[in-house]
Amino acid sequence: MSQQVAVPESTREPILARTWRQPGGFWGWFQNVHHTAIGVRFMVTAFIFFLLGGVLAAIMRWQLATPEHGVIGPDLYNQIFTVHGSTMIFLFAVPMMFQGFGVYLVPLICGTRNIAFPRLNAFSYYVYLVGGLLLWAGLLLRTGADAGWFAYVPLSGPEFTPGKRSDFWAQMITFTEVSALGVAVSIATTILRYRAPGMTLNRMPLILWEKLVISMAVIFAMPAVMVVSYMLLMDRTINTQFFNPAVGGDVLLYQHLFWFFGHPEVYIIFLPGTAIASTVIPVFCRRHIFGYVPIVTSVVATGILGFGVWVHHMFATGLPQMSESFFTAATLMIVIPTAVQFYCWMATIWHGRLQLMLPMLWMFGFFFVFLIGGLSGVMLASVPLNWQVHDTFFVVAHFHYVLIGGALFPMFAGLYFWIPKITGRMMNTLLGKVHFWLFFAGFNITFFTMHFLGLRGMPRRVYTYGPEMHWEGLNLLASSGVLLMATGVIVFIVNFFHSKSRGRLAGPNPWGAGSLEWAVSSPPPAYNFLELPTVNGREPLWDALPNQPVVTGLRDDIPEVLVTNSLDSEPQHRDELPPASIWPFLAAIAVSVAFIWSIFSPWGVAYGAIPVAATLLGWLWPRGHSPSPRVPEEV
Amino acid sequence: MKQAGERPVLDVSGLPSVAFGRSNTSWLGNVFYMLIEGTMFALLFASYFYLRTRSSSWPPFQSPPYAVYGIANALLFAFSLIPARLAQRVAPSGDRQKIRLALLGLGAFAVANLVLRGFELTSLNCRWYENAYGSILWSLVGLHTGHLITELVETMSLAGVSFTRSMEGTRLADVAINSDYWYFVVVTAFLMDVIVYGTTRFL
Repeated sequence: MSQQVAVPESTREPILARTWRQPGGFWGWFQNVHHTAIGVRFMVTAFIFFLLGGVLAAIMRWQLATPEHGVIGPDLYNQIFTVHGSTMIFLFAVPMMFQGFGVYLVPLICGTRNIAFPRLNAFSYYVYLVGGLLLWAGLLLRTGADAGWFAYVPLSGPEFTPGKRSDFWAQMITFTEVSALGVAVSIATTILRYRAPGMTLNRMPLILWEKLVISMAVIFAMPAVMVVSYMLLMDRTINTQFFNPAVGGDVLLYQHLFWFFGHPEVYIIFLPGTAIASTVIPVFCRRHIFGYVPIVTSVVATGILGFGVWVHHMFATGLPQMSESFFTAATLMIVIPTAVQFYCWMATIWHGRLQLMLPMLWMFGFFFVFLIGGLSGVMLASVPLNWQVHDTFFVVAHFHYVLIGGALFPMFAGLYFWIPKITGRMMNTLLGKVHFWLFFAGFNITFFTMHFLGLRGMPRRVYTYGPEMHWEGLNLLASSGVLLMATGVIVFIVNFFHSKSRGRLAGPNPWGAGSLEWAVSSPPPAYNFLELPTVNGREPLWDALPNQPVVTGLRDDIPEVLVTNSLDSEPQHRDELPPASIWPFLAAIAVSVAFIWSIFSPWGVAYGAIPVAATLLGWLWPRGHSPSPRVPEEV
Repeated sequence: MKQAGERPVLDVSGLPSVAFGRSNTSWLGNVFYMLIEGTMFALLFASYFYLRTRSSSWPPFQSPPYAVYGIANALLFAFSLIPARLAQRVAPSGDRQKIRLALLGLGAFAVANLVLRGFELTSLNCRWYENAYGSILWSLVGLHTGHLITELVETMSLAGVSFTRSMEGTRLADVAINSDYWYFVVVTAFLMDVIVYGTTRFL
């Protein structure tokens, strides 16, 4: 490496644009492997599932608004609450917060031109889409899953849920987890290998730290739900006996495996929210984040401790008291790293010059709502109280405060923050504020009320209740909040489409932010960066030297990126990424056929494996031109 | 930011376009997938020991698996490390003939492993639908067999590429990474053997 003067960029731009251009047209859509396109698809699809899940929630609240209401019957109610929960967790929260934001942003923030394993990334999108459609097709055909979003056995097993309802749910899990795992591998590899020179680990933006920790949590947690959903599927289709106590099986094995995934899942959903907080807050306080090292430590600690608390979902199953005490302590301990992050954000605001713009407004909503969810979580960590309110609306209130507070409020902060980057136009501030206040008020009316319903003994998952229970006033109040929330979301959608066509042009960096995605035009060009950047601090644009060097020497005529090492991001070698291809889509279709076939016949796995192998071969077989030649020193 | 023409640059044109070993991105991706699949094996092992606590005898009123095929297969797996290591060693040289021979050798071992695995499945002395013990045992062996088939397909695909001029650049690194994955298959086979043939005799 040497210092020299670069060639004029005006001659390089057309070459780079041609090299990185993705195919257009109908078939081109299925061949696109660029992270900005796939990231937006994840976000849009997840948002549509969020709307669909919201419609189901509204139907449930309509049904519960008055005693003995006859909007829907018990069977459909069971399907609706199951598909609502499964949609929000598996088809919205993780795909939006982890995959959507991660796939779009991580390569830009790393300062590179595409995500690692772009075809795997595109494949992950298609299998996620098919998994979501499978769950919803089941509901629309009146064979929707109906055993709750965690599908406990024996209820979901062959004895109590004959037919195909639980099978649809179990295979939806397989689809979405294959997708999340593929994206986790792509994101973690991008962070560890494609960071710009100078972006050493101790300068890595906090959002990258969090995406790395979440990716590792996905890698270790998601296999558990895949294993357990396959055990359920096999119990139902080929008569295995994992959960049949009559022949040595055990229903609690299901719960252990499910929650070994399920609790880390909470952090897989929540940590992206904190990642958005740690990114947005410094920008609107005009200063570097307070407590970078404590925040990194807290995020890593949360990722690890998240694997040690799963039993607190099982306090009512008759476990030994020693076990309950241990998991109570572990659950209380996990509050500490989250509190450290809260204090660091507060200190950043306290010592900064606060600009209360839209993303920051949603951040304050996040603080308020998530704090209440966290405090009711501390209450639930105590075993006696946990038993008292087990399976009541108190728990429903708690986890909605945690999940909507920890994911949805930061999500809207993130959308208002990054939509100008994605579309190139600013969102309308007035409509954004209307959206915020409608949603904030509606949310608290609906869910704060549920705490009291739970304390008054109303169990969750009942499709109606009698007037003698005296729950009607609180239920009507809870249901009325839904109208405000729904109106708020409609205002957001109107704002988005209005701004997309008529909003003020954003320019590269409308917020004056410091991370690398703001160094490129909005929306980013096909090649992301004309000159790959180098980095001089934790906020690369704020900390750049007046003559901050750029990287040259990558070939412009092939899609090449720079690989750096994990710790110090020292340049190591150049890497050619695969071009656009239809094969990831075809492979996703083949995998989908095999998965869905296996619901109806175990031979689906065997016969379905043949087209899967054929499409994977088509995907990986080298064609076009020989890989870039090696230079002598590499061997 | 200023125009590139006015400022110093970090010229990376002299860096290699292919890397072997840990700095290769596919190597890292492969490690992540081994972690994912290793976690699946670990969870099945944990489930096995959990289910053991639910039965008074183990195996529950039946004979443990017949071990001869399993031991023979374990020996075969041990010897298969030789072509796997050879493929990894010759890959950086780019010598297509040697790479082809090593890959075909590894593929032949994988086929033999698969045939013996078939015999193993016939001598487990239980069926997956009889009880939870049978279910977990078949799942363990089944998961590993799935890995074995995957690795056979991958090895033979790379062997196919080695007959063409495309066995160059990053494909050479893929050959080395394929051997890493084979080591994973062998290690998980050994662990599975300890559970299936060992613990069923003394647990």
